[in-house]
Amino acid sequence: MLDVPIALHIPDGFLSGGVALACGLLAIATVAYALRIANVELDEARVPLLGVLAAFIFAAQMLNFPIAGGTSGHFLGATLAAVLLGPWLASLVMAVVIAVQAFAFADGGISALGANVLNMGVLGALLAGLLIVAAVKVLPHTRVAFLGVVGVVSWLAVMMGASATSVELALSDAIPLATSLPAMLGVHTLIGFGEAVITVAAVSAVLVSRPDLVALAPEELRRPAAPSLGRSIGQEA
Amino acid sequence: MRRIPTGMFVAIALALAIGLATAVSPFASPSPDGLEKVAEQKAFLDEGKLHSLQEESPIPDYAFPGIENERLATGMAGFVGTLGVFAIGWGLAWLVRRRPEAGGPRGAPA
Repeated sequence: MLDVPIALHIPDGFLSGGVALACGLLAIATVAYALRIANVELDEARVPLLGVLAAFIFAAQMLNFPIAGGTSGHFLGATLAAVLLGPWLASLVMAVVIAVQAFAFADGGISALGANVLNMGVLGALLAGLLIVAAVKVLPHTRVAFLGVVGVVSWLAVMMGASATSVELALSDAIPLATSLPAMLGVHTLIGFGEAVITVAAVSAVLVSRPDLVALAPEELRRPAAPSLGRSIGQEA
Repeated sequence: MRRIPTGMFVAIALALAIGLATAVSPFASPSPDGLEKVAEQKAFLDEGKLHSLQEESPIPDYAFPGIENERLATGMAGFVGTLGVFAIGWGLAWLVRRRPEAGGPRGAPA
C-alpha cells in the first residue's frame, strides 16, 4: 500500500487520458465560471470565510472513520460548502482543497485532478445547491426541516460522487460499470451517513452562532441577529 | 444566543480545524477508503501511480518528512496543511472578490 500512496482520491493511472482530459475541461470550465461568480457575489466580508471553510474541509477530510469490512470513509464537505456559500463558491473552495491535496500531499492524481474536483466538489456542490433551494421552497421554514434536508442531500452528494467515479472508471475501461457501481455505492452508502452527521452538526453550529452565514437557509432562520454581514472583521475589531 | 463577530467565528473555526488535523488525524482509521477498497477488491489498485510532479511533493501521503514517529508526522502534516489551505483559500478569495465600485466611498484597496 505504501508504494502507491492512494490516500483518498483517484490517483493517476486509474483513468484513461481521454476521460481525464474531459473531466479536466469540465472542472476548468466550472472553476472559471465560479471565479466570475465570485467577482459578482463575493463581498470582502466573506473572504476569510472561504479560507476557513477550505481549512476545515481539508482537516475533516484527514479524519478517516472506520466503516464495515476493514474500510474507512472520510468527509467530503461539498454539501457543507454549498449550504454556507452557495454552489459556485463551494466549487471553488473544494477545488482549492483538492488541488492542495494533489500538489502538496500527493493525494489524488495530477491528471486526475479534474475528475476529483468534479466528483467530490462540483457535482456535489451543484446537486446540493439545486436540491436544497428546491426543498426550501416547498418545506416549512423550520430548523428541523432544513437540517433534515441538509442531511439527506449530503448523503446523496456522496453517492453522486461515487457514481461519477464509477462511470469514469468504466469509460476508462478500468472496471465495468456493472462491477464498480454496486461496489462503490455499497461502501459509500455508509460513508454518506458519516457525511450527513458531520454536515448537519457543522451547519447546526453555524446556525446557532452565525445564522446569517448559512447562505442556503430560509430567510427566517438566517435573520435572528442584529449586525449585518456588511459589518465585517475590520469594523468589528 | 448572541451572534459572534466574524473575526471570532473564523478564529474558532480555524482553531477547531487545526486541532482536528493536528491532534485527531494521527488517530484516524488507517483502513483503505471507499475507492481504495473497491480498487483493491477489483484488482485495479496497482494501476495507481504518482504523477512525476508528485515525486517532489513536500508532504507525501500526509507524513511530514523527517519525523520518525508516524503519528507526529501525520499531526504535523495536518497542522501545516490546514494553515496552508487556510492561507491559499483566503488569498484566492481575496484576489477574486467583488471589487468595491471604482471611485465609490469604499474604493480604497487594502
